[in-house]
Amino acid sequence: MSPIIKKRGDNFTLPSKYLLFILTFICVIMMLVTFGTNVFNRPFNRVLGYAVVPFQQGISKVGGWISHRSEELVQIRTLLDENAALKEQVAALTEENTLLQQDKYELNKLRALMELDDQYGEYEKIGARIISRDSSNWYSSFIIDKGSNDGLADDMNVIAEGGLVGRITSVGPNWSRVTSIIDDTSNVSAMTLATEDNLIVSGDLQLMTDGVISFSKLVDSKNQVAEGDKIVTSNISDKYLPNILIGYIHTINRDANNLTNSGYITPAVDFEHLGEVLVILDLKQQIKE
Amino acid sequence: MLRKIVVMVFVFACFILQSSVFGNLAFNGIIPNLMIILTSSFGFMRGEEEGMIIGFICGLLCDVFFGSILGFYALIYMYIGFLNGKFSMIFYPEDIKLPLALIIVSDISYGVICYCLMFLLRGRFNFPYYFTGVILPESLYTILVTMFLYPLILKVNQLLETKEKRSAQKFV
Repeated sequence: MSPIIKKRGDNFTLPSKYLLFILTFICVIMMLVTFGTNVFNRPFNRVLGYAVVPFQQGISKVGGWISHRSEELVQIRTLLDENAALKEQVAALTEENTLLQQDKYELNKLRALMELDDQYGEYEKIGARIISRDSSNWYSSFIIDKGSNDGLADDMNVIAEGGLVGRITSVGPNWSRVTSIIDDTSNVSAMTLATEDNLIVSGDLQLMTDGVISFSKLVDSKNQVAEGDKIVTSNISDKYLPNILIGYIHTINRDANNLTNSGYITPAVDFEHLGEVLVILDLKQQIKE
Repeated sequence: MLRKIVVMVFVFACFILQSSVFGNLAFNGIIPNLMIILTSSFGFMRGEEEGMIIGFICGLLCDVFFGSILGFYALIYMYIGFLNGKFSMIFYPEDIKLPLALIIVSDISYGVICYCLMFLLRGRFNFPYYFTGVILPESLYTILVTMFLYPLILKVNQLLETKEKRSAQKFV
């Protein structure tokens, strides 16, 4: 029998076996093509961006409002206590701040002498709101409500609460996908702030519930790195801008090879309760030395 | 035509709900998989072809927004829809046991396939953790949501079918 069966009338229908075969073939071709390039991504991102993102924005706005109200009711009592404690802290901090201001003047002078730029503050940033999270349970990426229309592009770094969140991995006209550093596939080249030892920070699904991420390949031959040390992005990373805070060392263990160390890092960002993020518009590759 | 529009609305609504509302309703970071419910229930209600096409669309949506390569989820969902379509012969709307069993089996096999292709191949060998920590909770939560979503899908499908029958009779 011929694969194409003629039904009553002039409609041709394919048996589902053949349709399955054709669609499988299309999928495989798409996978092969998108593995290396992103030709297909652009039209899909554009069309679906306009079809889906407005709804997501609306829902996240409403959901955000509701959760905000319910949180308000719960938190009023604790806030009163916290307010008293914070007032004391403000007094202490104001004093500390004046001291730090003085130090800052000195630091600026010294920096000018050394012709170093004030790195962290000088990046151009743009705020964005998280409108949806990964629909599978395997990865942790999320969608933000700004895209190429706002000047975002692939590989831009995303920060929140002063710490690194991740980087942009896909851009549509009015949305972009941020793959966070706790994602199982993410690896970040980092260094310890104090001793400038390089290490690799990698996300792990298994550790996600414990609120830590793992690091490895820390050489530290002099044993100077200790728990609680600050970890920042390294100078040698080709995607991440240098000196963005990642987190603090939680535990550190010597590997079986007795040369390198590995362990866990507590991230500076609370990934469970992220609402808004900042996207740094400068790309690592653009910065000229 | 009406069926196509209704199904597309279902697919988009489920995707949007899954990626925004259920993110806030997550139990221990686990969200249910509405796309599986949709794919497999249309599979066993309407047959191989429709299950396959709806699976393909659902998967493609996930791919565009959250996949690293296009076509990966589309392929998995498409085969799930196709295989569920094989059961349309023994599906009766009154019987709830078969749909529940099919959806839970689909979700568990989806989880196992995802684990094998995306984690096992990268050297994450702790299968018991991933099974008890991700796959099983996801399928339980999914079955809980199915209790509410499936009757709705069934009802809408029945309405569409009676409408189609009526318009077919008109032309004969």
